[in-house]
Amino acid sequence: MSTGENLRTNVDVGHIVGSAMSEYITVMIGDQTFGISVPMVQDVFMPESVTPVPMAMPEVAGVLNMRGRIVTAIDMRKRLGLPPRTDNRPGLAVGVEYRGESYGLVIDNVGEVLRVADDELERNPSNLDPRWRSISMGVQQLENSLMVIIDVKKVLDFQGRTMAA
Amino acid sequence: MDDLLSEFLTETNESLDVVDVELVKFEQEPNNVKILGNIFRLVHTVKGTCGFLGLPRLEALAHAAETLMGKYRDGQEVTGEGVTIILHSIDRIKEILAELEATEAEPEGADADLIDQLVVLSEGGGAAAPEAPVAEAAPAEPERELRPGEVSLEELERAFQEAAGPEDDDGAEASVEEAAPVDVAPVEATPAVAEAPKAPAAKPAAAASSEDEGGKKESSVAAQSIRVNVDTLENLMTMVSELVLTRNQLLEMVRRLDESEFKVPLQRLSNVTAELQEAVMKTRMQPIGNAWQKLPRIIRDLSNELDKKIDLEMVGADTELDRQVLDLIKDPLTHMVRNSADHGLETTADRLAAGKSEKGRIVLRAYHEGGHIIIEIEDDGRGLNLDKIRQKAVANGLVTEGELEKMTDQQVSRFIFHAGLSTAAEVTSVSGRGVGMDVVRTNIELIGGSVDLRSVTGKGTTFTIKIPLTLAIVSALIVESAHERFAIPQLAVVELVRAKADSEHRIEHINKTPVLRLRNHLLPLVFMDDLLQLTRENRRRGKGSEVCADEALEAEAANSNAERDRRTSENEEAFIVVTRVGDQQFGIVVDSVFDTEEIVVKPAASILREIALFSGNTILGDGSVIMIMDPNGVAQSIAGELNEAGDAAKSQEEASVVGEGEMSLLVFRAGTNEPKAVPLSLVTRLEEFDVENIEHSNGQSLIQYRGRLMPIINVVESAPLKTEGRQPVLVFTEDDRSIGLAVDEIVDIVSDKLNVELQSDTAGIMGSAIVKGKATQVLDVGHYLTQVFEDWFRKEGPAGVPAAYGKKVLLVDDSSFFRAIVRPMLTMAGYEVQEVKNATDALALRDEGVTFDVIISDIEMPGMNGFEFVTEAKRHDTWRDVPIVALSAHGTTADLERGRAAGFDDYVAKFDREGLVQVVNEIVSCKGEAA
Repeated sequence: MSTGENLRTNVDVGHIVGSAMSEYITVMIGDQTFGISVPMVQDVFMPESVTPVPMAMPEVAGVLNMRGRIVTAIDMRKRLGLPPRTDNRPGLAVGVEYRGESYGLVIDNVGEVLRVADDELERNPSNLDPRWRSISMGVQQLENSLMVIIDVKKVLDFQGRTMAA
Repeated sequence: MDDLLSEFLTETNESLDVVDVELVKFEQEPNNVKILGNIFRLVHTVKGTCGFLGLPRLEALAHAAETLMGKYRDGQEVTGEGVTIILHSIDRIKEILAELEATEAEPEGADADLIDQLVVLSEGGGAAAPEAPVAEAAPAEPERELRPGEVSLEELERAFQEAAGPEDDDGAEASVEEAAPVDVAPVEATPAVAEAPKAPAAKPAAAASSEDEGGKKESSVAAQSIRVNVDTLENLMTMVSELVLTRNQLLEMVRRLDESEFKVPLQRLSNVTAELQEAVMKTRMQPIGNAWQKLPRIIRDLSNELDKKIDLEMVGADTELDRQVLDLIKDPLTHMVRNSADHGLETTADRLAAGKSEKGRIVLRAYHEGGHIIIEIEDDGRGLNLDKIRQKAVANGLVTEGELEKMTDQQVSRFIFHAGLSTAAEVTSVSGRGVGMDVVRTNIELIGGSVDLRSVTGKGTTFTIKIPLTLAIVSALIVESAHERFAIPQLAVVELVRAKADSEHRIEHINKTPVLRLRNHLLPLVFMDDLLQLTRENRRRGKGSEVCADEALEAEAANSNAERDRRTSENEEAFIVVTRVGDQQFGIVVDSVFDTEEIVVKPAASILREIALFSGNTILGDGSVIMIMDPNGVAQSIAGELNEAGDAAKSQEEASVVGEGEMSLLVFRAGTNEPKAVPLSLVTRLEEFDVENIEHSNGQSLIQYRGRLMPIINVVESAPLKTEGRQPVLVFTEDDRSIGLAVDEIVDIVSDKLNVELQSDTAGIMGSAIVKGKATQVLDVGHYLTQVFEDWFRKEGPAGVPAAYGKKVLLVDDSSFFRAIVRPMLTMAGYEVQEVKNATDALALRDEGVTFDVIISDIEMPGMNGFEFVTEAKRHDTWRDVPIVALSAHGTTADLERGRAAGFDDYVAKFDREGLVQVVNEIVSCKGEAA
């Protein structure tokens, strides 16, 4: 619950004043930087002893016990259609709550918290992979890279998708 | 909504429910002053509160009802009519309340109809009251669900109403949130009719601050109680659940230490936790009588409506169960009691005729048994009409006649729990038994319960419902399969069996379907890893040559069979969790079984909820999360497979029997785009072979199939086999010979009338038919079979099919199952088949002058049997020279003699299909030669 608070350390303060600002936690999935809105994030943790759920959608990495709560882990690489990790390093999970249920978005790594102006957010490029576009709220231009802002609700909205038996 | 208003609605609704019950009692015991006083007080409270809240319509109605009851209290004679009108008034009040709840405003309208009658009655006139508007006045009984905040004991609610009794109307609302004084004494219920209100009445039910209210000293058991919001209780329960989990975790950790100073305090913590858990559970417990409260009223109304005299007896109303469970069984229970009254009990006249007492009896009984509560609903009515159920079950395609013959009465009676099976000749306004029984079963099974019944014709029916006391914490068996652990609720587990290859209990296979011999019965088995597709991935990639092409044909079983054989032989040991769901019993094969653990059921995330095999997940003592199996989901998902395995004698053909005149057709594509079809009953299996495994020799394609070489031929010769990937094949098997028919794609299995409309000149195509709206070519399977095995049908000569085309065959058999097998065989052979289901129908055809080339008749038929039929048939000129072939299940010599004596020309054993076609062919050709 509280780790999100602790993460708000490296805030980029000297930005444009007057425009509405949002804070994002940057996460790495593959080579891409993504941003997840800070208020959505409950905690960041190491997913340990994840129990796979048979018959579930392939994106569901499994369920795990997070301090007495059962968290459903979503494999973000699968969600984005990326190949599984090869380096065997343990990933991290960003804990979010959606409709009263706890989910963990399994990502490769977590970076800093960025504070950016809302009006700097670019719309999704039209040539973006539809799978990415469906869960992206827009793209933020950073100095050295581009940050795709993840719409957590859309990530967890599997409706209309068929079960992968 | 205004808090005051919502409180008012809740409490008023609850007191009205009590009024319902009390009134019915009152009608039976008009001299019971206590009951009357009680009703009067309740109605008075409603009236007072309405006035306070400014609800004139309600107030006027309640006032009129109260006045009449006041008269009764003062000694006026109580009439059934009067009670009926009061009940209708109550209904009207409920309607208004429902409206009030929805719109927060009292609906427009007048209640003069009821009020006038009430006034007339209270002025002493009875007969003058018009009855007609009353009937309209209460069209529906708007039932209002308890608001979440209303857990508190019914009695507590009533205590409130009483607290706000005649003396202090205005205080009623003010005291809603805080505690209020209570007078329990007048509430004393009479045990004869309903024990429900009595049980809680005996409990300490008084408000916290009642002591200082001097006037209410009637309360002899002035113990204390407070109202607690249900959410608070739920939270408490959740927290206790967490505590239980943490305790389990600690215990697990300390168990690993040899000597630990934690042991003793942990033991205490453990005990305290257990006690706490129990105590919290108790706060959620409510007497089942709460769910029964509406029943006396319903029975009373029903007995008027149906003109039956019904006695409702309720035993064990104080049996307590979790309120969540209580809420969930309320509706099913009501439905079942209605059913018993409506369909179970006979009319008064019928009862007298059957030598029974005039008054029908329905007994509701509740008691604890182990961790369950058992509820029985017993009537002394006519019992179930098993014959009708049998007919219906067959007509609705739930079962085939072949299966039905082997079923016990008990099994047959359970069909009433299937959807769409109503035995009531007419569905009355009250209920149509069967329409709702499947819903009842579903609802009960949803909460992990089961329902069963016993029925004795003429004596009555008893339904038995078994439900868990609570849903929050269940005892579960932890099992492992393919290195994954799962929990199976203990409730569904009957026993555990250890299976070993060389022991008494070993897994055997019937046609690839695993079964276990268990005390002389065959228990169908399902492997958990198959069920959950745990190792499917590996297997698919492996070199297994068979992969399921269509589940309807249990190809699934074949798919993993090799794997299973290997596993059971190598692994040698497996555990079988014998599970019962409703009337279905099956074994789940797992690799190992751990402990039984008390688990806290947590709902799975919504994205996992569509997996029917799981009912939730839980955290084990070691901190890991595991999925909880839903036995109902398991039962459903393997139902198809189980049906196969459950009845070893059942053959593929039976699966194809659908409706009257309908036939299951396998639709596929081969060569052209036009769909092709073949009766499913002729196909033994659907397979998919790796093309690499198909061998070619001497211009013929062959594949190793079950240890033999099976020829594969193309439906359309010009269309070659696939060159890569997998080749779908229809396998036809007769005795030990199989051939495979290669097709491009299996499209569907449909049920339709096979009506070949256009004959075809193309070899191998019988003609075209409309199947599900599409022109479809119907394959002449015989053509292909004889291509490979010339003697497939044991026909003479190379011509294969004799000059059968256009020859008419009449098939007389009462079993639609058998007709469905024989018809396609004969149709395939080129005959025009007409079928009737008994001798009488056949003779009717004769009298119409319809002629046939051959008649095939069953021997054992209801009504006129085969021997009588043949004698009768040949008595008339029309059919005198028509050859008649007998079919019988037993082909003894004596039968044969008797058959010939009666006039049968030939005799075929019932399941010798090819023999039948052969005989018919012979007869037709002989006749042709003779002519």
